[in-house]
Amino acid sequence: MSRTENLVSELVEKHGRSRNSLMPILQGIVQEERFLSEEAMIEIARELNLSTADVFGTASFYTFLDTVPRGKNIIRVCKTISCHMKGKDEVIEALEALLKIKVGETTHDRNFTLLTANCLGWCHKGPVMLINDEVYPELTPHKACEILEAYMKAQ
Amino acid sequence: MEKRNLKKVDIIFDISECDYLAVLDKTILRDPDEVILDIIDSGLKGRGGAGFPTGLKWKFTKNEDSEIKYVICNADEGEPGTFKDREILDRVPEKVFTGMAICGFCIGAKEGYIYLRGEYNFLLEELKMKIDLFNKQIREKGLEFTIGIRSGSGAYICGEESALFESMEGYRGEPRNKPPYPTVAGYNWKPTVINNVETLVYVSMICRLGPDKFKELGTKDSRGSKVFSVSGDTPSAGIFELELGMPLNEFVEEFGDGDTKAVQVGGASGHCVPRKQFNETIIGFEGIPTGGSMMIFNSSRSMYNVLHDYLEFFTEESCGQCTPCRVGCQQLLKGIEAVKKGERKPAYLEELKKLALTMKVAAKCGLGQSVANPFNSIIDNFREEIIY
Repeated sequence: MSRTENLVSELVEKHGRSRNSLMPILQGIVQEERFLSEEAMIEIARELNLSTADVFGTASFYTFLDTVPRGKNIIRVCKTISCHMKGKDEVIEALEALLKIKVGETTHDRNFTLLTANCLGWCHKGPVMLINDEVYPELTPHKACEILEAYMKAQ
Repeated sequence: MEKRNLKKVDIIFDISECDYLAVLDKTILRDPDEVILDIIDSGLKGRGGAGFPTGLKWKFTKNEDSEIKYVICNADEGEPGTFKDREILDRVPEKVFTGMAICGFCIGAKEGYIYLRGEYNFLLEELKMKIDLFNKQIREKGLEFTIGIRSGSGAYICGEESALFESMEGYRGEPRNKPPYPTVAGYNWKPTVINNVETLVYVSMICRLGPDKFKELGTKDSRGSKVFSVSGDTPSAGIFELELGMPLNEFVEEFGDGDTKAVQVGGASGHCVPRKQFNETIIGFEGIPTGGSMMIFNSSRSMYNVLHDYLEFFTEESCGQCTPCRVGCQQLLKGIEAVKKGERKPAYLEELKKLALTMKVAAKCGLGQSVANPFNSIIDNFREEIIY
């Protein structure tokens, strides 16, 4: 069995085979692999006795369930109004310069993907970004780069 | 119109009297119907934004004849400018669990779920631990009710109750036709009470202190207090619990920076109130209701940019299922861009307003229906800023 197949079978074991388990299983794969590969979706469909189109249909609806390869760490900078007013553009520019990629792209070493997101729920402490599940509020361009550099060192 | 002065209160986050197990002990000795009557009597309306009377929701669900029923706590807080539910679940989660258990006891549900937006996954681990403990504690009391937690995956629309059920059932988060309403056919098409996080905390409070205590605050149409999320051009951004029924001018005096030109009440899907209407606008169900979001803009802000941001948001978050919303959002966005660039005459804005009103009647769910709120209120009050 491949690594992905193993992961799917572990998740199915944990959450069950009903349709209601589909979201937790998809989320479990993304947690480990950062995106849903064709292999993963086909395997899930087989285990849950669903059509692959059905699994892809659900997955492709949700912003956090990526179906294209992503980096090991996913950065999501909030772009909604309050964060916009507090300077999210400057934060994004600084991160783009540091990582040498544009929003939507992944670094060559596959360590980072830079994305924007709609309201992350920290409007009183914007600008804010998520790195994977971690929250970093009250950013400045400088602070955002420092946080990223710590992640880069840890790779 | 009845109104109240701005008054800060401390009920939701008050932990000095937070013996949640005592509240449960006291409540489960009572007749469920009586508890529901108390909630109805309190006048509590849903705190997520729509404002449906909580007690009635419970009564309708209780009256359904079904072996299986569910209680769902809607923690898919996605409205721009709202961040109160995160704070509540972070600081006083037990009060939320207690509200859910009381609901389960009243309507005859054995299972409850919290649907937490994916953006708040950092809360998951601790919440799961606290839920496990709570489940154990209520089992020891002989209450047959278990709480579980499910995560969202970054879709604003899943805050719409029927889209939330679809998501929990493993489908695309596309809203269902109503009726049937969730009280009849909700999660797994079984009778379901779905309440906002904050609503459930007020339930705990009403069960602890009685409906009269709750009614001491607020107005006839807007009983009690509410947690507001204040952001934008303000020296004191953050979370504040305030009595309902205050005029907006008092709010602006307290939270504004002295140069406030507009307040967006109720988030991107709410209404934009310009300075000249501050005095006459009441925050509550008799005036402009809000799920808690209060975004303050000072005169340095371009309202074109604000509206553009909102429309981009709706265009991205529209689930795409119904045409009025999917195409309408795109056309409104393109439309204001065209007017701004001079490709369209200013009178085109009237056509766009009509489109927004069409969406209000033709869209399938609250998302498409409410785009007209920000659109028409910003166009009407800040027309020059959109054109020039």
